Amino acid sequence: MRIQCPCCGERSLDEFTYYGDASVTRPNAFAPTAMSDYHAYVYQRDNRDGDHRELWYHAAGCHACLVVTRNVRSHIISDVRIAREVARERDAAALPGSTS
Amino acid sequence: MRRQSNRLGEGGIIDRSKPVTFTFDGAPYQGYQGDTLASALLANGVTLVGRSFKYHRPRGVLSAGSEEPNALVELRSENYREANTKATMVELFDGLSASSQNRWPSLRLDFMSINSLLSPIFVAGFYYKTFMWPAALWEKLYEPAIRRAAGLGRAAQGEDPDHYEKATAHCDVLVVGGGAAGLNAALNAARSGARVILADENAQLGGRALDDGLPIDGAPPVQWIDSVREQLEREPNVVVMRRTTVFGVYDTGTYGALERVSDHLAQAKHGFPRQRLWRIIAKRTILATGATERPIVFGGNDRPGVMLASAFRTYLNRYGVAPGRRIVVFTNNDSGALTAAEAALAGLEVVAIVDSRRGLSAEISKAASTAGTRMISGGVVIDTVGKAKLSGVVIRTGEGEDVRLSCDCLVMSGGWNPNLQLTTHLGGKPTWNDAIAAFVPGTHPPGMSVAGAAGGSFGLKDALDEGAKAGSEAVASLGWKVAGPASPRADNQPYGIRPLWLVEASKSKALVDFQNDVTAADIALAAREGFQSVEHLKRYTTLGMATDQGRTSNVNALAIMAKATDRSIPETGMTVARPPYSPVAIGALAGHHRGKSFKAVRRPPSYAWAKANGGVFVETGLWLRPAYFPKSDERDWFETVCREVKTVRSAVGVCDVSTLGKVDVQGKDAGEFLDKIYMNGLKTLPIGKARYGGMLREDGIFMDDGTIARLGEHHYFVTTTTANAVKAFQHMEFCAQWLWPSLDVQLISATEQWAQYAVAGPKSRDLLRKIIDPEFDISDEAFPYLQVGKITVCGGIKGRLFRLSFSGERAYEIAVPARYGDALMRALMDAGQEFGVCPYGAEALAVMRIEKGHISGPELNGNTTPRDVGLGDMIAKKKDFIGRVLGERPGIIDPDRPSLIGFRPVDKNMRMRSGAHIVPLSAPATAANDQGYLTSVAYSPTVGDWIALGLLKRGPERIGEKVRAVDPVRNEEYVVEVVNPCFVDPEGEKLRG
Ligand SMILES: [Zn+2]
Repeated sequence: MRIQCPCCGERSLDEFTYYGDASVTRPNAFAPTAMSDYHAYVYQRDNRDGDHRELWYHAAGCHACLVVTRNVRSHIISDVRIAREVARERDAAALPGSTS
Repeated sequence: MRRQSNRLGEGGIIDRSKPVTFTFDGAPYQGYQGDTLASALLANGVTLVGRSFKYHRPRGVLSAGSEEPNALVELRSENYREANTKATMVELFDGLSASSQNRWPSLRLDFMSINSLLSPIFVAGFYYKTFMWPAALWEKLYEPAIRRAAGLGRAAQGEDPDHYEKATAHCDVLVVGGGAAGLNAALNAARSGARVILADENAQLGGRALDDGLPIDGAPPVQWIDSVREQLEREPNVVVMRRTTVFGVYDTGTYGALERVSDHLAQAKHGFPRQRLWRIIAKRTILATGATERPIVFGGNDRPGVMLASAFRTYLNRYGVAPGRRIVVFTNNDSGALTAAEAALAGLEVVAIVDSRRGLSAEISKAASTAGTRMISGGVVIDTVGKAKLSGVVIRTGEGEDVRLSCDCLVMSGGWNPNLQLTTHLGGKPTWNDAIAAFVPGTHPPGMSVAGAAGGSFGLKDALDEGAKAGSEAVASLGWKVAGPASPRADNQPYGIRPLWLVEASKSKALVDFQNDVTAADIALAAREGFQSVEHLKRYTTLGMATDQGRTSNVNALAIMAKATDRSIPETGMTVARPPYSPVAIGALAGHHRGKSFKAVRRPPSYAWAKANGGVFVETGLWLRPAYFPKSDERDWFETVCREVKTVRSAVGVCDVSTLGKVDVQGKDAGEFLDKIYMNGLKTLPIGKARYGGMLREDGIFMDDGTIARLGEHHYFVTTTTANAVKAFQHMEFCAQWLWPSLDVQLISATEQWAQYAVAGPKSRDLLRKIIDPEFDISDEAFPYLQVGKITVCGGIKGRLFRLSFSGERAYEIAVPARYGDALMRALMDAGQEFGVCPYGAEALAVMRIEKGHISGPELNGNTTPRDVGLGDMIAKKKDFIGRVLGERPGIIDPDRPSLIGFRPVDKNMRMRSGAHIVPLSAPATAANDQGYLTSVAYSPTVGDWIALGLLKRGPERIGEKVRAVDPVRNEEYVVEVVNPCFVDPEGEKLRG
């Protein structure tokens, strides 16, 4: 498999390290439901067919974490984004008063 | 040496001016440059080349290509020996030594052929059924006996003396297969200027076009093939890779290929590998892998002398070899006509054409009359006659009469299977095409198109046209400008296949899978016993599971199973091919990554000094670290390590600690960031101070530890353990980029940028005073324990000083840019002479940390929490950090969990060993009574006794209690006392000086 790194171009899989599911968000540690929230965050994963958003770290390249959208059946990658940008959008959307 | 009795007077593209001598089973033979081992053996009239896997039936050459299931030989000798090599793919070279396999004591006289007489019990599923009970006998009795009876070749026993390499190539278009379709595809694609790679598994390009000899542009095909090859080899944008098998398709246009660089040579040329493993990255791929002819399944179809018709034509046209003199052709399609015509042209006697189709095909009858041969329409061969060599065949005519004809070669054609394996590697499913009675590629991997026989177009004209079209379309789709597709003139041949899957009138063994000895009867048995799905059939009978991956057998087997279970072939299914398409040596997959080159070696900055001063090294991950520095009068490492420890505790020692991971952390939010990834508070760390830090996983388990030094308002310098340096750094990157993307923090790994030495012992400050430039005050008032600061050494070299101690002594870590590391080591040792300095290694370091009760790798083992290792008090209460929430789970904070404590043996002479388990004094040593184990053990020269750290259930509450250490691995048991885990200077007075 090859991943189109937005910084480095298309690179072979052996340059990357897998960092798991990009669709989970680290919960608030002080919420009353923190224990069950963290249990779900750390241990519970869906095993769905189709597109999967996942984190790949370009260890032997630019050191960027990437959010890769990969079809788990065909391995076809439909989207690659810099994780920090995706995470900033995620955090902005989670702010109180945000419209989304 | 014998004459090449079956070599034709002329023809073939071998070089008759270059005779080549070789041996087979010790006997010398001669062939020509350009021969394969198979063609040379046939030229010499050698038809018996091996014994079959299970029944030890005599076997000859079936094919002329990589699909060969029979003619498997051992090549070369001693550690160069390689087993199970296809004689059809071995290029002859001078001095080649080959031997037959699977026979004992000799090929002609094989005692094991008794298996053949026992064959009624050797049926499908025999292993499963017979050796069920008693299971205890399996390993000792059944398996060795079966292996002796049913072995293949012998592997070499020693290390492979050849070497292998790996390479990567990129191209716009990869063309797999250099036959008519592939050559024309490459030519049409290359004209655009796009980068093209053409890979073909054979030494010579041309494929079946070369084998069949049909005219291209009105001339013998070799002319067109040579001219295309020359054009391609001239083009700078084209790479022609011969002897290269593309064996696997991987995601995103990645292909695995094996180039047999030196297999055709007696010995690899100096500096050249035996084979080269290629990773080819292609934007487009054209599959032009051709097709493989199917055998016909009839009684005795595996007798030496029975051959695929296509192979027969290859031996005639490519090698000028007549596999026999009296030929019977058995066919279910029009290619029998071509075969008979070629044989007649070569002056061979065509005894009969047996055509299983009823009603005369015009092609065949024309060929029969031209060859002056007997035509048996609607007939089948039901048996073969002879022992280790064919002497005749029994034919049942269309009228039901049995006729015996004498012949020495039977050539058969059951039709053709497209070589579509590479289209299925990413999960593509082939589809059935009734018109050609074969599977054709269904869905292709992304970027792949198929041309010629690989897609089911068996005619020469079609192959050329489809190749041209695929070549120009591939480059056009990538945006290259290309003129319309161009092809030379050629004709298609009629095919007219009518399937003949099984000659049911046969009584004797009819082989389906030649290599694994699976017969039509085995398939019928599997069907009766309910193993009707293809995957069950395969596993029950082992069909298609040999090294040829069933290339000549899968479709025949499917069809026979379909008939037996009254289903259509597509209903019955299709086994999916997986990489590799043909076997790849493990050596090629390893490449240079073996022995000392298996992984990189990292040498710490003081390596050269340590090496010159007798250091003994130990591998720690990739690092080579000095373990200890023996003196000439010391008896063993034990004495050395004790001396090093005593020197540090009484004077001063120097240890290279550069291997610790180092991360430079900067930014406005650096402190806040570190607060989130360490369990203890760091934001409050004053500038110029260092603090111990523990890093947890989100599940609350201890991940790594180290020190955090604050060098400035927004500048921290963090160390990690040697083993986790990469992992911890990547974890920090992940946290900064994904978990807290808005924090202003930047990270860089500085592990290799700094040489860092621990200078430890009561005289450490005195030593450093001579190294550190005088303007820097390192008195205890100015530089107390846990102080850090920037310094210069040896007259202006910038460095850093950390007052840290792992040994428990007054100690410092001094760091300079790595390029000064060697010089600083020498300077420290020179300056330290007057204080009795010694270098110390990883062993003494470990002894001293155990003496102090400091945790390390054995305690941070991926199962322990901060509380387990006595650091529960450090866990911050108010802040959020990774591991905070799940680290408070009831199971994780259970006080019954084994936690860190010290141990000493009650019998002072008893040596403890790590790994021993702890049970109560009077309880039996059972898993239920297991209360913990010893993690780190050392002889402490300071204490004068063996000491240990360990994890014990409610350990800290049990100081003074005696328990038993049980070591079932070493068969030892002894009583130990639970003690405080800090064995030396528990108050830390020496530390602060
Ligand atoms: Zn990158």
